[in-house]
Amino acid sequence: MGSTSEFSRRDLIKRAAALGLIAVPTMSALSACAAGGDDDDDKKTDSGGKGQKDAEMKPLNVDGSAPLDVVIFDGGFGQQYAKDAEAEYKKAYPKAEIKHSGTQDIGPQVQPRFNGGTPPDLIDNSGAKQMDLGTLVGLKQLTDLNALLDAPSLDDPKKKVRDTLRPGVVEMGQFDGEQVWVLYYAYTVYGIWYSKTNLQKLDEQYPQTWDDMLKVCEKAKKKGVAGWTYAGQHPYYLPFSLYPFIAKIGGADVLKRIDNLEPDSWKDPAVKAAFEAYYELYKKGYVLQGTPGLDHIQSQTAWNQGKALFIPNGSWVENESKKMTPADFQMAVGAPPSLDKSDKMPFGTLWASGGEPFIVPKSAKNPQGGMELLRVMLGKKSTQNFIKAVSSLTSLNGGTEGLSLPPGLASSQEALTKAGGNVVNPRLQDWYVTLQKEKIGKGALGEMMAGRLTPDETIKKIQKYVDDTRKDDSVKKYKHK
Amino acid sequence: MQHGKYRFIAGFLVVPLAIYGVFVISPFVQAIYYSFTDWTGLSSKFKVTGLKNYQRLWDDELFWKAVGHNVLLLLVLPLVTLGLALFFAFMLNVGGRRRKNAAVGGVRGAGLYKVVYFFPQVLSIAIVALLFKFAYNPNSGAINSFLSAIGLDSVRPDWLGDPDLALWCVTAVMVWSNVGFYVVLFSAGMSSIPKDFYEAALLDGAGRAQTFFRITLPLLWDTVQTGWVYMGIMALDGFAVVQIMTDGPGPDYSTELLTYYLYTKAFSDGQAGYATALGVALLIVTLIFAGVVMKLGRRERLEY
Repeated sequence: MGSTSEFSRRDLIKRAAALGLIAVPTMSALSACAAGGDDDDDKKTDSGGKGQKDAEMKPLNVDGSAPLDVVIFDGGFGQQYAKDAEAEYKKAYPKAEIKHSGTQDIGPQVQPRFNGGTPPDLIDNSGAKQMDLGTLVGLKQLTDLNALLDAPSLDDPKKKVRDTLRPGVVEMGQFDGEQVWVLYYAYTVYGIWYSKTNLQKLDEQYPQTWDDMLKVCEKAKKKGVAGWTYAGQHPYYLPFSLYPFIAKIGGADVLKRIDNLEPDSWKDPAVKAAFEAYYELYKKGYVLQGTPGLDHIQSQTAWNQGKALFIPNGSWVENESKKMTPADFQMAVGAPPSLDKSDKMPFGTLWASGGEPFIVPKSAKNPQGGMELLRVMLGKKSTQNFIKAVSSLTSLNGGTEGLSLPPGLASSQEALTKAGGNVVNPRLQDWYVTLQKEKIGKGALGEMMAGRLTPDETIKKIQKYVDDTRKDDSVKKYKHK
Repeated sequence: MQHGKYRFIAGFLVVPLAIYGVFVISPFVQAIYYSFTDWTGLSSKFKVTGLKNYQRLWDDELFWKAVGHNVLLLLVLPLVTLGLALFFAFMLNVGGRRRKNAAVGGVRGAGLYKVVYFFPQVLSIAIVALLFKFAYNPNSGAINSFLSAIGLDSVRPDWLGDPDLALWCVTAVMVWSNVGFYVVLFSAGMSSIPKDFYEAALLDGAGRAQTFFRITLPLLWDTVQTGWVYMGIMALDGFAVVQIMTDGPGPDYSTELLTYYLYTKAFSDGQAGYATALGVALLIVTLIFAGVVMKLGRRERLEY
């Protein structure tokens, strides 16, 4: 006599299988992040004096036999420059074992190690999946890099590392107090990128006023070339030329108020004027057709192919699009054109700031080693190596002497010189990543440039995002000093 | 012979149940526990905040938007995928014209079609997504080039750049990459249906549609139901496609999904506690879905 229960065996198995199927994906989503281990706080960061001579040789008190664990973001700059610097380190400390890893998934790779209390000694926390720096600082997970900044520089023992850096770099690494938690290694020039060759083909120069900009675009349009393109799927590239434009029109304080998330900071007339100007590019049909559907690589490619004249970007674009760029392209970067005579800042006002944030975790096994490697990287030799390899500047002031620079980099250098003291540095993208990239970028600016929002609607929408962020107590807030 | 049956079964199940408990149940419990904390995911320190994460979830517009998209996918994706798969499988196995010595058979070239349909299954979803990302390129992509070629030059949508289209573009890719598997699965199911049923139906003068709805579908119901659950889970995930094709949320959050939102909160915003609360919400949605499917799909089992 067989058992005729309500469920047949097949039913039972089927149901179990179905439940298992449900369980697996939810599970992996749920349990991808489980905490473990303890943080051991405040241990290894003291740099006690061991005697004058020793200190000169090893200013950071590095244990030469300790292993060094380095994680590098393998993005636009690759990872070879770090490997080269590690080789230099190895020369100075032959006994040190160096463990190098390169990845594009910084967050998912490194975060569990923080959590488990065994983070690497030096991290290049960059790329789309970077860890939130504000949170790391807030949780006291990082080493104060002042020890490194006060150490003598590699090339000139009489100078401190601090004094060899470009202006603003140290401040960028500070959050609330005097401690410097982050050292930005690369130095990026943002702006409107173009090809001198393609402009010459139209008998034009880089436009210094917005009226000229519109004229150039009109001329190009008649020849079937678009004026502008941008990374439509990543509209947070638009601010690279738009924010300094706002600063130029209304003064650098407008950007500071925006960074500070002040109420009504986006309702400033300068913002509106800048938005109207950019919106006109769309309305007059100067934006390459289909741009809202392109990602950064696709838009850069279209630009390299001469389908569009201008693209808002950062100085990494030269290295990133190297393979697509025609030999006679003559890449160059331009500062935002003047809107009219009442602009608060002169033509040449530029956004330039540190890129590639390097951090040394607090509970690293060998934090001195991590800082020492940074010191090596900030030496002239490694800097020149970086400049040559990836055509970007580093935070070391200078370092370009005697090098023949590729056109884009040479133009960045020129633009920096021209800007002089008029360099702005909006911090929104470091302090409030989601607000900048997703909300302002994809939710508002991208929509405006695709013609789906008017400038007024855009401002209203952004202001609401900003107000929401200000009220959101799960987001740590920062202010300009 | 019921005596000691349960003890006997339990004896065999101890080890697997223990493994299941450690590796499946315990992370679940742990995750639910974390959802009541303000854990950041960047340090093992956190404090319990009670229901705060859930309150925040309730007021979070983006969360509801993501839920909306997931529910839409949940309805559309299985319906379209399984519908197409059933149609194709039917045509490949039963829908052909009668030929010599065989009462039922597929359309001509059925074998080849099966391979073609199954082909996307061989490709990793990352490759599929990347492939379609290029196809959707509004400038030089295959789709818009095709539109131009047939004289529709004025209709050149931005596809992934248009908030009204982006989610549908992503859905289409998910359908494309999954339909082949179900064609093969349903084909297997159909080939186990006795031929006499079809012969009898044909003798009675039934057409294709009648054969399908009166014979094939009822006898295939179990397989369809399993497929439905499985497809639903694909719809709740969708992470890879969305991540690659629209860089996460897409224009104006038009392709934001629960899994991607969870990932953003956990790995870029440093709010792992909130992310686990999202995970629990996802679990609840999944369980509701499974429950509904199981309830609605229950039918009398047909023996043959």
